[in-house]
Amino acid sequence: MTPQEISDKLKAKFGDDILEVKIEGVIQPFVKISPGRIGDAAVFLRDDPDLQFDYLMCLSGVDYTKGILGVVYHIFSMPKRHTVILKAEVPADKPEIPSVTFVWPSANWHEREAYDLIGIVFKDHPDLRRILLPDDYPGHPLRKDFKVPEFYQGMKVPYD
Amino acid sequence: MIETQTAPIKTSTGRVLRPEEMVLNMGPQHPSTHGVLRLELVVDGEIVVDVIPHIGYLHRCFEKHAEHMTNYQQVIPYCDRMDYLASMNMDWAYALAVEKLLGLQVPDRVEYIRVIMAELQRIASHLIALGTYGLDVGAFTPFLFCFRDREGILDLFENTCGARLLYNYIWVGGLSHDLPSGFIDKARAFCRYFRPNIKELNDLLTYNEIFIKRTANVGVLPAEAAIAYGCSGPMLRGSGVDWDLRRDDPYSIYKKFQWQPQIGRGEMGTTGDCWDRYMVRVREMEQSLDIIEQALGGIPPGDVQSAVPRRIRPNAGDVYVRSESPRGEIGFYVISDGSATPYRVKARSPAFVNLSVCPEICKGYMIADVVAIVGSIDIVLGEVDR
Repeated sequence: MTPQEISDKLKAKFGDDILEVKIEGVIQPFVKISPGRIGDAAVFLRDDPDLQFDYLMCLSGVDYTKGILGVVYHIFSMPKRHTVILKAEVPADKPEIPSVTFVWPSANWHEREAYDLIGIVFKDHPDLRRILLPDDYPGHPLRKDFKVPEFYQGMKVPYD
Repeated sequence: MIETQTAPIKTSTGRVLRPEEMVLNMGPQHPSTHGVLRLELVVDGEIVVDVIPHIGYLHRCFEKHAEHMTNYQQVIPYCDRMDYLASMNMDWAYALAVEKLLGLQVPDRVEYIRVIMAELQRIASHLIALGTYGLDVGAFTPFLFCFRDREGILDLFENTCGARLLYNYIWVGGLSHDLPSGFIDKARAFCRYFRPNIKELNDLLTYNEIFIKRTANVGVLPAEAAIAYGCSGPMLRGSGVDWDLRRDDPYSIYKKFQWQPQIGRGEMGTTGDCWDRYMVRVREMEQSLDIIEQALGGIPPGDVQSAVPRRIRPNAGDVYVRSESPRGEIGFYVISDGSATPYRVKARSPAFVNLSVCPEICKGYMIADVVAIVGSIDIVLGEVDR
């Protein structure tokens, strides 16, 4: 299916929760969805017989600054061979979004990584621990306002 | 009187151990984990009940570094160091993403050279995977044979760009150097030399009775699970899914070549077992040789640096581009805000995703089988941890 048909299908199902559909003027078309519905959208995308999105290629956390964090889902369908890109934005002071691990198990480690580096909290994630950084690391380094601490565990961090 | 322990013992995921279970740490310094991977094994006697991988020992903040470079080209040496066994493929994947962001078309000569380099790199990477896999399950000699053959490829690379492991060769829009004189003959000679050696490897290791006993019917990954867990590359094809990005989501000039993706067929046991994953890599080396030989015959003349932009300032936008590395789907999600540095670079590394299926396929096997299973995933920790 073309990006237009996929976004129409999503619009028909989720109505006003589809915040933005951008097909023209971008390199890769995307659909922006309100963060609360991402779990339902994931189930719909996987289970709808016309869509069959069974392969989560990539899940990225992004800091858009101005108090907005985002999660970008790149999803592919092996049987139908089409792609959809979902974007969701959450406020930085309450960065909560439902987990999609129960739909695509591959999201498990991607979500842990986004939690670790950006600080997005995935609700109902089976095992939301830090994955790349030590458990006691202060803060989320991929936030744009992150400052490297002067000392970590008593060791001086910046070296010139 | 000695006070007995009353608090329940938990794993790091919070699971309470039953009285007959114990936790065994494998790694981070363990020769069979191919780097610094720590596996927290919950075992009942010799049987593995659960596996909890701990990664991040080699985390070098690739994504943070990428945001702090002064331009897009400077990210490439960091890509080299992500998957240090397949640096060419990593550089290429990043270059593809930025070129798509720029809308840049690279000259034909560059495409041909990139394909040759990437396929040579694939063979080199698979040789390490196969050799060390033999080592994991107790065969030492194939390891030496594989490293001997890989040496020929590294010599070709060294001849071309001066480096043997971390090349910084594929740049956005072009290459750092043109091919040296005599490269095509040397590469042809290598293909002629190497093709019979695959048979040698098969005689020595692949069809070895002990090797088959160690790997067939071990770590079976069904096709549906492989797709659900986002596996890619030989891991996915080993499970019998006919899927190769070079053919199914073609990039560069792969459409011009005649070759066949290889899938696991369960010849020695069940489809998707360790032997299948191993065998897919062996057969892929032959296919890569085919591609290289075709590409060597068709390199057009031209310049490899004319399209390299001096200043890279893509328009604001984002792009996700994937390509087939020896380990699977390497994707780069690059966001540009219109400035000279990337706003955000996310690397979707194949081994990171492939490793996340490890707990699923290790359950119920013996501890010694965990070594065989982790080896068959072919992880490179530099890329898992980034």
